[in-house]
Amino acid sequence: MLMGLFNHWIVVVLMMIGLYIMIAHGNLIKKIVGLAIFQTSVFIFYISIAKVDGGTAPVLADNFSQYSNPLPHVLILTAIVVGIATTALALSLVVRIKEAYGSIEEEEIQKQDNQIQSEQEVGGQT
Amino acid sequence: MINIVLLTLLVVVAIAIIRMKDLFAVAMLSGIYGLLSASFFVVMDAVDVAFTEAAVGAGISTLLLLVVISMTGRSENSTRHKPLLALLIVAITGGLLIYGTLDMPYFGAADAPIHSHVAPRYINDSMQEIGIPNIVTSVLASYRAFDTFGEVVVIFTAGIGVLALLSVVRRPEDSDNIASINDSMHEQHLVVRIVTKMLIPFILLFALYVQFHGDYGPGGGFQAGVIFASAIILYVMLFGLNTARKVINQTFIQLIAATGVLLYGCVGIASLLNGGNFFDYNVLANDPIAGQHLGILLIEWGVGCTVASVMLIIFFSFAARREVQQKNENQHDKNQELL
Repeated sequence: MLMGLFNHWIVVVLMMIGLYIMIAHGNLIKKIVGLAIFQTSVFIFYISIAKVDGGTAPVLADNFSQYSNPLPHVLILTAIVVGIATTALALSLVVRIKEAYGSIEEEEIQKQDNQIQSEQEVGGQT
Repeated sequence: MINIVLLTLLVVVAIAIIRMKDLFAVAMLSGIYGLLSASFFVVMDAVDVAFTEAAVGAGISTLLLLVVISMTGRSENSTRHKPLLALLIVAITGGLLIYGTLDMPYFGAADAPIHSHVAPRYINDSMQEIGIPNIVTSVLASYRAFDTFGEVVVIFTAGIGVLALLSVVRRPEDSDNIASINDSMHEQHLVVRIVTKMLIPFILLFALYVQFHGDYGPGGGFQAGVIFASAIILYVMLFGLNTARKVINQTFIQLIAATGVLLYGCVGIASLLNGGNFFDYNVLANDPIAGQHLGILLIEWGVGCTVASVMLIIFFSFAARREVQQKNENQHDKNQELL
Protein backbone atom coordinates (compact mmCIF):
# COMPACT_ATOMS: atom_id res chain seq x y z
CA MET A 1 0.00 0.00 0.00
CA LEU A 2 2.85 2.38 0.84
CA MET A 3 4.33 2.09 -2.66
CA GLY A 4 0.95 2.01 -4.39
CA LEU A 5 -0.30 5.24 -2.85
CA PHE A 6 3.02 7.07 -2.37
CA ASN A 7 2.45 9.39 -5.35
CA HIS A 8 -1.02 10.35 -4.14
CA TRP A 9 0.27 11.14 -0.66
CA ILE A 10 3.04 13.31 -2.02
CA VAL A 11 0.43 15.14 -4.10
CA VAL A 12 -1.59 15.79 -0.92
CA VAL A 13 1.54 16.99 0.93
CA LEU A 14 2.50 19.38 -1.90
CA MET A 15 -1.06 20.64 -2.17
CA MET A 16 -1.18 21.36 1.56
CA ILE A 17 2.19 23.14 1.43
CA GLY A 18 0.76 25.36 -1.30
CA LEU A 19 -2.41 25.96 0.71
CA TYR A 20 -0.39 26.80 3.83
CA ILE A 21 1.66 29.39 1.93
CA MET A 22 -1.56 30.89 0.57
CA ILE A 23 -3.10 31.20 4.05
CA ALA A 24 -0.17 32.01 6.34
CA HIS A 25 1.99 34.32 4.25
CA GLY A 26 1.08 37.95 3.73
CA ASN A 27 3.40 38.68 0.84
CA LEU A 28 1.45 38.63 -2.42
CA ILE A 29 4.30 37.21 -4.53
CA LYS A 30 4.76 34.40 -1.99
CA LYS A 31 1.04 33.72 -2.24
CA ILE A 32 1.30 33.40 -6.02
CA VAL A 33 4.22 30.97 -5.66
CA GLY A 34 2.05 29.00 -3.20
CA LEU A 35 -0.74 28.94 -5.75
CA ALA A 36 1.72 27.65 -8.37
CA ILE A 37 2.80 24.83 -6.02
CA PHE A 38 -0.85 23.93 -5.43
CA GLN A 39 -1.44 23.94 -9.19
CA THR A 40 1.61 21.76 -9.90
CA SER A 41 0.44 19.23 -7.32
CA VAL A 42 -2.75 18.77 -9.35
CA PHE A 43 -0.65 18.31 -12.50
CA ILE A 44 1.42 15.64 -10.73
CA PHE A 45 -1.78 13.90 -9.62
CA TYR A 46 -3.20 13.74 -13.15
CA ILE A 47 0.07 12.55 -14.67
CA SER A 48 0.55 9.92 -11.93
CA ILE A 49 -2.84 8.31 -12.50
CA ALA A 50 -2.21 8.23 -16.26
CA LYS A 51 0.86 5.98 -15.82
CA VAL A 52 0.42 2.31 -16.66
CA ASP A 53 2.98 -0.23 -15.43
CA GLY A 54 5.07 -1.43 -18.37
CA GLY A 55 3.58 1.24 -20.61
CA THR A 56 5.53 3.70 -22.70
CA ALA A 57 5.02 7.28 -23.86
CA PRO A 58 1.86 7.57 -26.00
CA VAL A 59 3.59 7.88 -29.37
CA LEU A 60 2.56 4.92 -31.52
CA ALA A 61 5.40 2.65 -32.64
CA ASP A 62 5.50 -0.87 -34.03
CA ASN A 63 7.40 -2.56 -31.23
CA PHE A 64 5.15 -1.38 -28.38
CA SER A 65 1.60 -2.32 -27.50
CA GLN A 66 1.15 -0.90 -23.99
CA TYR A 67 0.88 2.89 -23.70
CA SER A 68 0.20 5.25 -20.83
CA ASN A 69 -3.14 7.07 -20.92
CA PRO A 70 -2.83 10.06 -23.29
CA LEU A 71 -5.94 11.94 -22.15
CA PRO A 72 -4.58 13.38 -18.84
CA HIS A 73 -1.44 14.42 -20.73
CA VAL A 74 -3.54 16.53 -23.09
CA LEU A 75 -5.47 18.14 -20.25
CA ILE A 76 -2.34 19.01 -18.25
CA LEU A 77 -0.33 20.15 -21.28
CA THR A 78 -2.85 22.90 -21.98
CA ALA A 79 -3.39 23.60 -18.27
CA ILE A 80 0.32 24.42 -17.81
CA VAL A 81 0.28 27.08 -20.52
CA VAL A 82 -3.05 28.49 -19.33
CA GLY A 83 -1.55 28.46 -15.80
CA ILE A 84 1.40 30.64 -16.77
CA ALA A 85 -0.90 33.07 -18.61
CA THR A 86 -3.17 33.48 -15.59
CA THR A 87 -0.16 33.68 -13.22
CA ALA A 88 1.14 36.54 -15.37
CA LEU A 89 -2.22 38.26 -14.96
CA ALA A 90 -1.97 37.83 -11.17
CA LEU A 91 1.58 39.20 -11.18
CA SER A 92 0.49 42.25 -13.16
CA LEU A 93 -2.20 42.89 -10.52
CA VAL A 94 0.57 42.70 -7.89
CA VAL A 95 2.56 45.30 -9.81
CA ARG A 96 -0.44 47.62 -9.88
CA ILE A 97 -1.09 47.05 -6.16
CA LYS A 98 2.53 47.94 -5.42
CA GLU A 99 2.15 51.16 -7.40
CA ALA A 100 -1.11 52.10 -5.68
CA TYR A 101 -0.24 51.15 -2.06
CA GLY A 102 3.56 51.16 -2.04
CA SER A 103 3.59 47.68 -0.50
CA ILE A 104 2.72 44.09 -1.35
CA GLU A 105 2.23 42.91 2.23
CA GLU A 106 -1.38 42.02 2.91
CA GLU A 107 -1.46 43.60 6.39
CA GLU A 108 -0.04 46.89 5.15
CA ILE A 109 -2.65 47.06 2.36
CA GLN A 110 -5.45 46.21 4.79
CA LYS A 111 -4.26 48.91 7.20
CA GLN A 112 -4.28 51.54 4.46
CA ASP A 113 -7.73 50.45 3.31
CA ASN A 114 -9.12 50.67 6.87
CA GLN A 115 -7.57 54.11 7.26
CA ILE A 116 -9.21 55.38 4.08
CA GLN A 117 -12.52 53.86 5.13
CA SER A 118 -12.48 55.44 8.61
CA GLU A 119 -11.53 58.81 7.12
CA GLN A 120 -14.49 58.56 4.76
CA GLU A 121 -16.79 57.72 7.65
CA VAL A 122 -15.55 60.73 9.62
CA GLY A 123 -16.01 62.88 6.53
CA GLY A 124 -19.58 61.62 6.10
CA GLN A 125 -20.55 62.43 9.69
CA THR A 126 -19.37 66.03 9.74
CA MET B 1 12.39 4.32 -7.96
CA ILE B 2 13.42 7.53 -9.72
CA ASN B 3 9.95 8.94 -9.27
CA ILE B 4 10.13 8.49 -5.49
CA VAL B 5 13.42 10.40 -5.36
CA LEU B 6 12.04 13.18 -7.56
CA LEU B 7 8.83 13.50 -5.55
CA THR B 8 10.79 13.65 -2.28
CA LEU B 9 13.00 16.36 -3.76
CA LEU B 10 9.87 18.28 -4.79
CA VAL B 11 8.61 18.22 -1.19
CA VAL B 12 12.03 19.38 0.08
CA VAL B 13 12.06 22.29 -2.37
CA ALA B 14 8.48 23.23 -1.46
CA ILE B 15 9.37 23.29 2.26
CA ALA B 16 12.41 25.44 1.46
CA ILE B 17 10.08 27.86 -0.37
CA ILE B 18 7.95 28.19 2.79
CA ARG B 19 10.97 29.01 4.93
CA MET B 20 12.76 31.46 2.59
CA LYS B 21 12.30 35.14 3.35
CA ASP B 22 14.28 36.32 0.33
CA LEU B 23 11.94 36.43 -2.65
CA PHE B 24 14.88 36.14 -5.07
CA ALA B 25 15.67 32.74 -3.56
CA VAL B 26 11.98 31.82 -3.73
CA ALA B 27 11.93 32.60 -7.48
CA MET B 28 15.03 30.48 -8.04
CA LEU B 29 13.61 27.61 -5.97
CA SER B 30 10.38 27.75 -7.94
CA GLY B 31 12.47 27.36 -11.10
CA ILE B 32 14.12 24.27 -9.60
CA TYR B 33 10.67 23.04 -8.61
CA GLY B 34 9.51 23.41 -12.22
CA LEU B 35 12.53 21.54 -13.55
CA LEU B 36 12.06 18.71 -11.02
CA SER B 37 8.41 18.32 -11.92
CA ALA B 38 9.35 18.28 -15.62
CA SER B 39 11.79 15.42 -14.89
CA PHE B 40 9.04 13.64 -12.99
CA PHE B 41 6.72 13.96 -16.02
CA VAL B 42 9.39 12.33 -18.22
CA VAL B 43 9.55 9.37 -15.82
CA MET B 44 5.74 9.16 -15.97
CA ASP B 45 5.85 8.84 -19.83
CA ALA B 46 4.25 12.28 -20.26
CA VAL B 47 6.90 13.59 -22.65
CA ASP B 48 4.74 16.34 -24.15
CA VAL B 49 3.82 17.64 -20.70
CA ALA B 50 7.46 17.52 -19.56
CA PHE B 51 8.43 19.58 -22.59
CA THR B 52 5.92 22.26 -21.71
CA GLU B 53 6.70 22.27 -18.00
CA ALA B 54 10.44 22.58 -18.64
CA ALA B 55 9.90 25.61 -20.88
CA VAL B 56 7.20 27.22 -18.72
CA GLY B 57 7.93 26.21 -15.12
CA ALA B 58 11.71 26.41 -15.21
CA GLY B 59 11.96 29.15 -17.83
CA ILE B 60 9.30 31.76 -18.34
CA SER B 61 7.57 31.69 -14.94
CA THR B 62 10.88 32.16 -13.06
CA LEU B 63 11.73 35.04 -15.35
CA LEU B 64 8.38 36.74 -14.79
CA LEU B 65 8.77 36.33 -11.02
CA LEU B 66 12.24 37.92 -11.20
CA VAL B 67 10.95 40.88 -13.24
CA VAL B 68 8.13 41.46 -10.76
CA ILE B 69 10.44 41.12 -7.74
CA SER B 70 12.75 43.74 -9.26
CA MET B 71 9.75 46.09 -9.25
CA THR B 72 8.25 45.27 -5.86
CA GLY B 73 11.23 44.62 -3.59
CA ARG B 74 12.89 41.36 -2.71
CA SER B 75 12.34 40.74 0.98
CA GLU B 76 9.25 39.36 2.61
CA ASN B 77 7.79 40.76 5.81
CA SER B 78 8.61 38.31 8.61
CA THR B 79 5.28 38.45 10.45
CA ARG B 80 2.89 35.67 9.55
CA HIS B 81 -0.73 35.87 10.45
CA LYS B 82 -2.16 33.02 12.52
CA PRO B 83 0.29 30.27 11.47
CA LEU B 84 -1.18 27.86 14.01
CA LEU B 85 -4.73 28.24 12.72
CA ALA B 86 -3.46 27.84 9.14
CA LEU B 87 -1.52 24.74 10.15
CA LEU B 88 -4.64 23.29 11.77
CA ILE B 89 -6.77 23.90 8.66
CA VAL B 90 -4.06 22.43 6.43
CA ALA B 91 -3.64 19.38 8.69
CA ILE B 92 -7.39 18.65 8.74
CA THR B 93 -7.77 19.09 4.96
CA GLY B 94 -4.65 17.02 4.30
CA GLY B 95 -5.83 14.27 6.65
CA LEU B 96 -9.19 14.07 4.88
CA LEU B 97 -7.52 13.95 1.47
CA ILE B 98 -5.14 11.18 2.61
CA TYR B 99 -8.15 9.27 3.91
CA GLY B 100 -9.74 9.75 0.49
CA THR B 101 -6.72 8.30 -1.31
CA LEU B 102 -7.09 4.98 0.55
CA ASP B 103 -9.87 3.97 -1.86
CA MET B 104 -7.93 4.92 -4.95
CA PRO B 105 -6.48 2.40 -7.40
CA TYR B 106 -2.77 1.84 -6.87
CA PHE B 107 -0.17 3.68 -8.88
CA GLY B 108 0.43 2.12 -12.30
CA ALA B 109 -2.53 -0.28 -12.12
CA ALA B 110 -3.59 -1.12 -15.69
CA ASP B 111 -7.20 -1.91 -14.60
CA ALA B 112 -7.83 1.50 -13.00
CA PRO B 113 -11.16 3.09 -14.09
CA ILE B 114 -9.35 5.94 -15.86
CA HIS B 115 -7.91 3.51 -18.43
CA SER B 116 -11.21 1.91 -19.37
CA HIS B 117 -13.41 4.59 -21.03
CA VAL B 118 -12.22 6.74 -23.92
CA ALA B 119 -8.50 6.04 -23.56
CA PRO B 120 -8.55 2.62 -25.36
CA ARG B 121 -10.27 4.21 -28.35
CA TYR B 122 -7.59 6.91 -28.57
CA ILE B 123 -4.81 4.34 -28.31
CA ASN B 124 -6.30 1.70 -30.64
CA ASP B 125 -8.13 3.73 -33.28
CA SER B 126 -6.32 7.05 -33.57
CA MET B 127 -3.91 5.68 -36.18
CA GLN B 128 -6.81 4.75 -38.51
CA GLU B 129 -8.94 7.81 -37.71
CA ILE B 130 -6.32 10.56 -37.54
CA GLY B 131 -3.25 8.96 -39.08
CA ILE B 132 -0.52 10.45 -36.89
CA PRO B 133 1.63 8.52 -34.38
CA ASN B 134 1.60 11.00 -31.46
CA ILE B 135 -1.68 10.23 -29.67
CA VAL B 136 -1.40 13.32 -27.47
CA THR B 137 -1.41 15.53 -30.57
CA SER B 138 -4.37 13.69 -32.12
CA VAL B 139 -6.42 14.08 -28.93
CA LEU B 140 -5.34 17.69 -28.39
CA ALA B 141 -5.82 18.91 -31.94
CA SER B 142 -8.57 16.70 -33.30
CA TYR B 143 -10.70 14.72 -30.82
CA ARG B 144 -10.75 17.53 -28.28
CA ALA B 145 -10.11 20.46 -30.62
CA PHE B 146 -13.03 22.45 -29.23
CA ASP B 147 -11.59 22.14 -25.71
CA THR B 148 -8.18 23.32 -26.91
CA PHE B 149 -9.86 26.23 -28.69
CA GLY B 150 -11.21 27.31 -25.30
CA GLU B 151 -7.73 27.11 -23.77
CA VAL B 152 -6.24 29.23 -26.55
CA VAL B 153 -8.94 31.85 -26.02
CA VAL B 154 -8.16 31.86 -22.27
CA ILE B 155 -4.47 32.46 -23.02
CA PHE B 156 -5.38 35.23 -25.45
CA THR B 157 -7.69 36.83 -22.86
CA ALA B 158 -4.98 36.68 -20.19
CA GLY B 159 -2.65 38.46 -22.63
CA ILE B 160 -5.24 41.20 -23.15
CA GLY B 161 -5.69 41.44 -19.38
CA VAL B 162 -1.96 41.97 -18.81
CA LEU B 163 -1.92 44.58 -21.58
CA ALA B 164 -4.87 46.39 -20.01
CA LEU B 165 -3.28 46.39 -16.55
CA LEU B 166 0.29 47.26 -17.45
CA SER B 167 0.38 49.07 -20.78
CA VAL B 168 2.16 52.41 -20.67
CA VAL B 169 1.81 55.23 -23.15
CA ARG B 170 5.25 55.81 -24.61
CA ARG B 171 6.34 59.18 -25.83
CA PRO B 172 9.16 59.24 -28.41
CA GLU B 173 11.46 61.50 -26.33
CA ASP B 174 11.42 58.94 -23.50
CA SER B 175 13.38 56.40 -25.46
CA ASP B 176 16.65 58.35 -25.36
CA ASN B 177 16.67 58.53 -21.57
CA ILE B 178 15.84 54.86 -21.28
CA ALA B 179 18.47 53.84 -23.80
CA SER B 180 21.17 55.24 -21.54
CA ILE B 181 20.01 52.99 -18.68
CA ASN B 182 19.92 49.98 -20.94
CA ASP B 183 23.30 50.47 -22.59
CA SER B 184 25.19 50.64 -19.33
CA MET B 185 23.71 47.28 -18.36
CA HIS B 186 24.17 45.45 -21.59
CA GLU B 187 27.74 46.34 -22.46
CA GLN B 188 28.96 44.07 -19.69
CA HIS B 189 28.87 40.25 -19.75
CA LEU B 190 30.69 39.88 -23.07
CA VAL B 191 31.00 36.08 -22.97
CA VAL B 192 27.33 35.51 -22.16
CA ARG B 193 26.32 37.92 -24.89
CA ILE B 194 28.35 36.31 -27.64
CA VAL B 195 27.45 32.74 -26.70
CA THR B 196 23.76 33.60 -26.51
CA LYS B 197 23.89 35.44 -29.80
CA MET B 198 25.10 32.22 -31.41
CA LEU B 199 22.45 30.12 -29.62
CA ILE B 200 19.38 32.20 -30.47
CA PRO B 201 19.02 31.07 -34.15
CA PHE B 202 19.27 27.44 -33.04
CA ILE B 203 16.62 27.93 -30.36
CA LEU B 204 14.31 29.49 -32.95
CA LEU B 205 15.00 26.64 -35.35
CA PHE B 206 14.33 24.12 -32.58
CA ALA B 207 11.01 25.85 -31.85
CA LEU B 208 10.01 25.44 -35.51
CA TYR B 209 11.07 21.78 -35.41
CA VAL B 210 8.93 21.22 -32.29
CA GLN B 211 6.05 23.01 -34.00
CA PHE B 212 6.05 20.93 -37.18
CA HIS B 213 7.27 17.63 -35.75
CA GLY B 214 4.49 17.58 -33.13
CA ASP B 215 2.54 15.02 -35.18
CA TYR B 216 5.32 12.43 -35.03
CA GLY B 217 7.04 13.00 -31.71
CA PRO B 218 6.60 15.04 -28.56
CA GLY B 219 5.86 18.64 -29.44
CA GLY B 220 3.19 20.89 -30.85
CA GLY B 221 1.97 24.44 -30.85
CA PHE B 222 1.98 25.05 -27.09
CA GLN B 223 5.57 23.92 -26.56
CA ALA B 224 6.85 25.56 -29.74
CA GLY B 225 5.19 28.86 -28.85
CA VAL B 226 6.82 28.95 -25.44
CA ILE B 227 10.27 27.99 -26.79
CA PHE B 228 10.04 30.57 -29.58
CA ALA B 229 9.05 33.26 -27.09
CA SER B 230 11.88 32.34 -24.73
CA ALA B 231 14.45 32.79 -27.52
CA ILE B 232 13.19 36.31 -28.17
CA ILE B 233 13.04 37.06 -24.42
CA LEU B 234 16.67 35.98 -24.20
CA TYR B 235 17.46 38.47 -26.94
CA VAL B 236 15.63 41.23 -25.04
CA MET B 237 17.52 40.45 -21.84
CA LEU B 238 20.88 40.71 -23.55
CA PHE B 239 20.40 43.63 -25.89
CA GLY B 240 17.89 45.73 -23.99
CA LEU B 241 14.28 46.56 -24.51
CA ASN B 242 15.01 49.43 -26.83
CA THR B 243 16.96 47.40 -29.38
CA ALA B 244 14.32 44.67 -29.21
CA ARG B 245 11.56 47.18 -29.92
CA LYS B 246 13.33 48.11 -33.15
CA VAL B 247 13.48 44.45 -34.18
CA ILE B 248 10.00 43.41 -33.05
CA ASN B 249 7.07 45.72 -33.54
CA GLN B 250 4.68 45.61 -30.57
CA THR B 251 1.54 46.16 -32.65
CA PHE B 252 2.68 43.36 -34.94
CA ILE B 253 2.90 40.89 -32.02
CA GLN B 254 -0.57 41.85 -30.84
CA LEU B 255 -1.86 41.32 -34.36
CA ILE B 256 -0.21 37.87 -34.51
CA ALA B 257 -1.82 36.87 -31.18
CA ALA B 258 -5.26 37.72 -32.55
CA THR B 259 -4.52 36.10 -35.92
CA GLY B 260 -3.63 32.81 -34.22
CA VAL B 261 -7.00 32.60 -32.47
CA LEU B 262 -8.74 33.68 -35.68
CA LEU B 263 -6.95 30.99 -37.73
CA TYR B 264 -7.97 28.35 -35.19
CA GLY B 265 -11.60 29.47 -35.27
CA CYS B 266 -11.59 29.69 -39.08
CA VAL B 267 -10.58 26.03 -39.38
CA GLY B 268 -13.71 25.18 -37.36
CA ILE B 269 -15.88 27.40 -39.55
CA ALA B 270 -14.33 25.92 -42.71
CA SER B 271 -15.32 22.43 -41.59
CA LEU B 272 -18.85 23.69 -40.84
CA LEU B 273 -19.09 25.20 -44.34
CA ASN B 274 -17.90 21.93 -45.87
CA GLY B 275 -20.79 20.11 -44.24
CA GLY B 276 -19.11 18.58 -41.20
CA ASN B 277 -19.31 19.38 -37.49
CA PHE B 278 -17.32 22.21 -35.91
CA PHE B 279 -13.64 21.08 -36.01
CA ASP B 280 -14.45 17.92 -37.99
CA TYR B 281 -11.37 17.88 -40.23
CA ASN B 282 -12.46 14.86 -42.28
CA VAL B 283 -14.32 17.14 -44.68
CA LEU B 284 -11.44 19.58 -45.23
CA ALA B 285 -9.92 17.49 -48.03
CA ASN B 286 -11.10 14.69 -50.33
CA ASP B 287 -9.36 12.06 -48.23
CA PRO B 288 -10.32 12.09 -44.48
CA ILE B 289 -6.74 11.41 -43.37
CA ALA B 290 -5.39 14.23 -45.54
CA GLY B 291 -8.11 16.47 -44.07
CA GLN B 292 -7.05 15.55 -40.56
CA HIS B 293 -3.41 16.33 -41.38
CA LEU B 294 -4.34 19.70 -42.84
CA GLY B 295 -6.61 20.62 -39.94
CA ILE B 296 -4.06 19.65 -37.28
CA LEU B 297 -1.28 21.52 -39.08
CA LEU B 298 -3.37 24.70 -39.29
CA ILE B 299 -4.67 24.72 -35.73
CA GLU B 300 -1.24 23.85 -34.28
CA TRP B 301 0.11 26.81 -36.24
CA GLY B 302 -2.64 29.01 -34.78
CA VAL B 303 -1.87 27.78 -31.25
CA GLY B 304 1.87 28.35 -31.75
CA CYS B 305 1.34 31.92 -33.00
CA THR B 306 -1.01 32.84 -30.15
CA VAL B 307 1.06 31.26 -27.37
CA ALA B 308 4.36 32.77 -28.59
CA SER B 309 2.95 36.24 -29.06
CA VAL B 310 0.99 36.26 -25.78
CA MET B 311 4.16 35.23 -23.90
CA LEU B 312 6.00 38.08 -25.64
CA ILE B 313 3.19 40.56 -24.91
CA ILE B 314 3.31 39.58 -21.24
CA PHE B 315 7.08 39.91 -21.02
CA PHE B 316 7.24 43.20 -22.93
CA SER B 317 4.44 44.69 -20.78
CA PHE B 318 6.28 43.84 -17.56
CA ALA B 319 9.62 45.03 -18.87
CA ALA B 320 8.18 48.32 -20.18
CA ARG B 321 6.46 48.97 -16.86
CA ARG B 322 9.70 48.37 -15.03
CA GLU B 323 11.53 50.73 -17.35
CA VAL B 324 9.09 53.55 -16.63
CA GLN B 325 9.40 52.93 -12.89
CA GLN B 326 13.19 53.05 -13.10
CA LYS B 327 13.03 56.28 -15.06
CA ASN B 328 10.72 57.87 -12.49
CA GLU B 329 13.06 56.81 -9.69
CA ASN B 330 16.03 58.29 -11.54
CA GLN B 331 14.20 61.55 -12.01
CA HIS B 332 13.22 61.49 -8.36
CA ASP B 333 16.88 61.07 -7.39
CA LYS B 334 17.90 63.93 -9.64
CA ASN B 335 15.27 66.19 -8.11
CA GLN B 336 16.54 65.27 -4.64
CA GLU B 337 20.08 66.20 -5.65
CA LEU B 338 18.91 69.55 -6.99
CA LEU B 339 17.14 70.30 -3.72
